[in-house]
Amino acid sequence: MTLAPEQEAAHGADAAHAASDVFPPFDPTYFPSQLFWLAISFVVLYVALDRFILPKIKTTIEDRRDRIADDLDAAAQAKADAEAAGEAYEKSLAEARSKAHGIAADTRDALDKELAQEAAKVEAELAEKQEAAEASIRAAKDKAFAEVRGIAASATAAAVEALAGVEVSDKDAEKAVDGAMNGA
Amino acid sequence: MADTNPIKQFEVHTVEFFGRELHFELFGYDLSFTNSSFFMVLTSVLTIVLFSTAMGRRATIPSRSQSVAEIIYGFVADMLRSTAGSDALRFFPFVFTLFIFILVANMLGMFPYFPAPGWHSFTITSHIIVTAALAMMVWLTVLVYGLFKNGPKFFKLFVPSGVPMYILPFVTLIEIISFISRPISHSVRLFANMLAGHILLKVFAGFIVMLAAPEALGALGYAVGVLPFAMTLALTALEFLVAFLQAYVFAILTCIYLSDALHPGH
Repeated sequence: MTLAPEQEAAHGADAAHAASDVFPPFDPTYFPSQLFWLAISFVVLYVALDRFILPKIKTTIEDRRDRIADDLDAAAQAKADAEAAGEAYEKSLAEARSKAHGIAADTRDALDKELAQEAAKVEAELAEKQEAAEASIRAAKDKAFAEVRGIAASATAAAVEALAGVEVSDKDAEKAVDGAMNGA
Repeated sequence: MADTNPIKQFEVHTVEFFGRELHFELFGYDLSFTNSSFFMVLTSVLTIVLFSTAMGRRATIPSRSQSVAEIIYGFVADMLRSTAGSDALRFFPFVFTLFIFILVANMLGMFPYFPAPGWHSFTITSHIIVTAALAMMVWLTVLVYGLFKNGPKFFKLFVPSGVPMYILPFVTLIEIISFISRPISHSVRLFANMLAGHILLKVFAGFIVMLAAPEALGALGYAVGVLPFAMTLALTALEFLVAFLQAYVFAILTCIYLSDALHPGH
């Protein structure tokens, strides 16, 4: 009931064959026909696949593989560029830093030098002043000593005259004072 | 009532085209265009149309159909390379054609009804003459190419190395028999699988029709009919697996045999 009438017609037309009790897959009636059409179908399919379809698939796959490889190469190149740029940046940064260090050191040196000069100048002035002060002190001391000698001599002469009644010349008195002073 | 004869699906009959039978002869052979011829031509045309459509745009980022085409390509190429080595890739179009032809033919056979002559599907691989022709083609390719490429060294195939002298003649005899019987096992495997599967499907599907017949069990028939229906459903899934698997097995055996033609020394 679900089978189309064409089939019935085909079987009707082929009644002699259908009536034979041969198991259909082993029925040799249509062996030549099957081989013939198999050969045609298979050869057509082989040629179409071999000439047109398979090369198309092959080139598509290869193109994609090449494209991926190219893209990977480009990515690697970009990465290397980025790394180089990073290195250059680091380098310039280090340079700037060392330059800044140099400038700071120079400034410090100059300042130190100036400071040292100033200090030396002040020190020299102070030393000069000290020298002058010491000189005047020494002069005053010598003067005082000289006066002490004269006083001592005259005191000695006066003491001797008073005690022994001997007049002592200034020269002798001075000699005695000197000897006492040197012996002291 | 639907025909429950499980053998009828294998019958080959001539086809009417606008009321005319496509019957013709050549050198006394009947080369009529039959339902079998219809499905052979359909298999090739469908494969070409599907692959051409899938590869029409050749996009770098493939569409789904293009992905499927490329996956099948890679699948067959890997199968050939892993079993027969890279130098076997010269046979790639041949192995690919065999694989896709059998696969598409098996899949077309899975339709119970089909817009074809007689409105029923036909499994061309369920006919021994078809599978035998394909197997002989492989066998002759191995024999001719093996002899052409290796010369007398091809016969080393029958004399395995490392076998003790006293059993070597026996082993050689076995190797020769196994080589000669290759096209038989190669073709019968595919043929028997498809034939048996389709008979089984039709038998269980026929049970449903018989149980549902009004003169049989009546309403009870519908209830019991669930059982063969479930079986038919499960068998259909199994047959889809078998349809793919047998195409794969045929192709991989072809690869193994071609490997012998390329490297007969094992």
